[in-house]
Amino acid sequence: MGKFSGDETSNGRRMFLSGTTSTLFTMGAVGLSIPYVRSWNPSTRARAAGSPIKVDLSKISEGSLHVEEWRGKPIYVVKRTKTMLESLEKVADKLRDPESEDEQQPLYAKNKNRSRIPAVLVVEGICTHLGCTPKYRVGQDDGDFSGFFCPCHGSRFDLAGRVYKGVPAPTNLKVPPHYFADAGTLVIGNEEWETS
Amino acid sequence: MSLRGAASNLVNWVDYRLPIIKTWKTHMSEYYAPKNFNFWYFFGVLALVVLANQLLSGIWLTMFYVPTAEGAFNSIEYIMRDVSSGWVIRYMHEVGASFFFIVVYLHIFRGLMYGSYQRPRELIWIFGMFIYCLMMAEGFLGYVLPYGNMSYWGAKVILNLIGAIPVVGEGLQVWVQGDFAVGGATLGRFFALHVALVPLILIVGVFLHIIALHQVGSNNPEGIEIKAHLDADGNPLDGIPFHPYYTVSDLTPVVVFLILFFACIFYFPGGGGYFIEPPNYLPADQLSTPDHIAPVWYFAPFYAMLRSVTLDVLGLDAKAWGLLIVSGAMVTLFLLPWLDKSAVKSIRYKGWVSKVMLLLFAISFVSLGILGAKPADWAPTWVAPGFTMVYFAYFLAMPVYTRLEKTKIVPSRIGESSG
Amino acid sequence: MGRQSLHALLLTSAVICILPLCSTASSNPRELLRSGIDIHNKASLRRGVRLYMNYCATCHSAKFMRFERLSEDLEMAPEVVMTDLVRFGASKLSDTIPAAIDSETAEKSFGVAPPDLTLVAKYRGIDWVYSYLMGFYKDSSAPTGYNNHLLENVAMPWVMASLQEASSEKEFSELMRDLTNFMAYMSEPVRPFRESFGKYVLGFLMILLVSVRLLKNEYWRDMNEQ
Repeated sequence: MGKFSGDETSNGRRMFLSGTTSTLFTMGAVGLSIPYVRSWNPSTRARAAGSPIKVDLSKISEGSLHVEEWRGKPIYVVKRTKTMLESLEKVADKLRDPESEDEQQPLYAKNKNRSRIPAVLVVEGICTHLGCTPKYRVGQDDGDFSGFFCPCHGSRFDLAGRVYKGVPAPTNLKVPPHYFADAGTLVIGNEEWETS
Repeated sequence: MSLRGAASNLVNWVDYRLPIIKTWKTHMSEYYAPKNFNFWYFFGVLALVVLANQLLSGIWLTMFYVPTAEGAFNSIEYIMRDVSSGWVIRYMHEVGASFFFIVVYLHIFRGLMYGSYQRPRELIWIFGMFIYCLMMAEGFLGYVLPYGNMSYWGAKVILNLIGAIPVVGEGLQVWVQGDFAVGGATLGRFFALHVALVPLILIVGVFLHIIALHQVGSNNPEGIEIKAHLDADGNPLDGIPFHPYYTVSDLTPVVVFLILFFACIFYFPGGGGYFIEPPNYLPADQLSTPDHIAPVWYFAPFYAMLRSVTLDVLGLDAKAWGLLIVSGAMVTLFLLPWLDKSAVKSIRYKGWVSKVMLLLFAISFVSLGILGAKPADWAPTWVAPGFTMVYFAYFLAMPVYTRLEKTKIVPSRIGESSG
Repeated sequence: MGRQSLHALLLTSAVICILPLCSTASSNPRELLRSGIDIHNKASLRRGVRLYMNYCATCHSAKFMRFERLSEDLEMAPEVVMTDLVRFGASKLSDTIPAAIDSETAEKSFGVAPPDLTLVAKYRGIDWVYSYLMGFYKDSSAPTGYNNHLLENVAMPWVMASLQEASSEKEFSELMRDLTNFMAYMSEPVRPFRESFGKYVLGFLMILLVSVRLLKNEYWRDMNEQ
């Protein structure tokens, strides 16, 4: 390479200019990658489809299961009867996390009924084991079992979505963000502009 | 062990199993390129830059585009509005397509000026023309995908050309469309060809183009073979290593190119109606042809040739003749290395006839481009056939005028005066 | 080589810059008025969207334009957009702009279905939209009592006739400029952002240009020393 290599001072200058240019090109490449990375975020359409949904509670009969879809997930809504609410305390000793210690619910649902108002249960219908949708059962087949039974691997949850001991599911069913716009209207998946 | 030592060990480990150092030397640090490259030699590198841009932005667009008659147009607006930063990716692809052709047309013109197609570079030229044809196919297929009204009618006009092929034409047209009109079936196959098959072949073509170039070495504005004079180490005396000299000097045109490219993306993404034609903002409408159908600008010269024939002669109708003329214009390009009988390569040493012919050719090609973009009645009817004849005369008369004309004597070394 | 290549680069840039100036849309023989819009003027866009919702949206949809996007880009509070603009078939901020009447009913009454207006400023051109809006005149022979300089025998009834009569010529042209501005924005909502962001990208590339030029000069000194 003898005939083309520069002298000593030149080498320093070359190193500096190469370094500067490489740094600038790297910055440019990072800048260019921003739109490519950002484009994988949920689009406006996806976010619009995932915006909060309204549920008219007056159309749901007491004690039966009502299923809504929000962000591609089944959301279970149950207007629990008085006996159902009473049963919650009776099964407490069979449960893995009766006090809802795990962060599977917003703070406002961390109570004995796991709900904002005692009667209305709102949980994601997704088994915390491997994501199947648990079946709703009320005092049938299994003697006195009432709650959610997952057909995939036999996990059981009570009428507050709390997991039983000795089943594969590790935690209670998740409670999605929700609030009551008025006494008869449940809003699932609240977002900032809706809360105001 | 130091970091540098570790890195060098890793390189050696890989090099033992994969010839990376040898490849780097053959194609970069010990590839000797003539020392007198000028402005016209930037466009090869720029074409590679645009190709990379087209591949990357194109792959990303496939993530959001829907190749159905009902979904295609809406999915473009979805990309432009709902996908985060989708608009800039789409504009990079769309402006990139036009810039690809600008760069490649200048690259081809360089080859014509300096005789870069002549012995021993015939294969480089053939591969290059092959790439050019694939680019046109790619451009056409891609223009149909947004399924705007210009996409639809453009596709219809071009596919009707297939129908002009005698005997088998009509059956072939229906087969290519996959339906009795351009529709969802057409979009599905055009999408597959545009995003997978054609780009794959295109990349192979580019690879062969570069390998063939590095086998025989680059030409230069003087048309002097630098391999004729070697130093004691066997390297060309008039050559310099591609890396670092040309890698650093190519960065300037690359950045200037990027400035123009991004200026277009941010300030003229529609290219003034040339990169995206306004009717393409209307969804495809089978019942209403745009007032004025013009192909995208890079097809315009060939479109003008196609339209220039209006006579039914020798048992063929005008439509079939038009197709024949356009195919002939493409085939002639491939034959160029064997049409040029000149003893010298560069236009600098050719006679005045060659110079005038090249100038006339360039003027006629640009003029055909302007004519093709304008309505058919924009210029007198003899203009387009006239320029078409000049186009063919440049090539077909070349064996005669390059043999007869008096050429200057080429110096044996770069930088020496001739004689 | 340096000077020569610079000249050539300048030449190419000039050609590329002039290219967009030669417009293809020359098929219309009627002179178009210049709209003179400023897409960065948010107050004008806010006035424009109100005009649009009050007059155009009765018959025309804008099926690609979301209220949510409007609210962010035009700096209108979501509550204001919800109460003032979201109406007809729309109920949520994330909905797109609907038309008050469905297109079949409209087709029965006007003979043609009112086209979706999201992209009209793109396929007709901004100046065309402005000239069209400014081009209505009284014509007793026309079925609706109005005709248009740009579109002869226009099917659209002149919905802004009373507004035009109530305002001075200057006021009315300002209103139509606001409306045109909004329609230009609607045809490409990202345009204000891309135009203001572009200069940072170009600025960065200019710095890069200086850097690569200096690097090249440094390496190519080898050539002169031989």
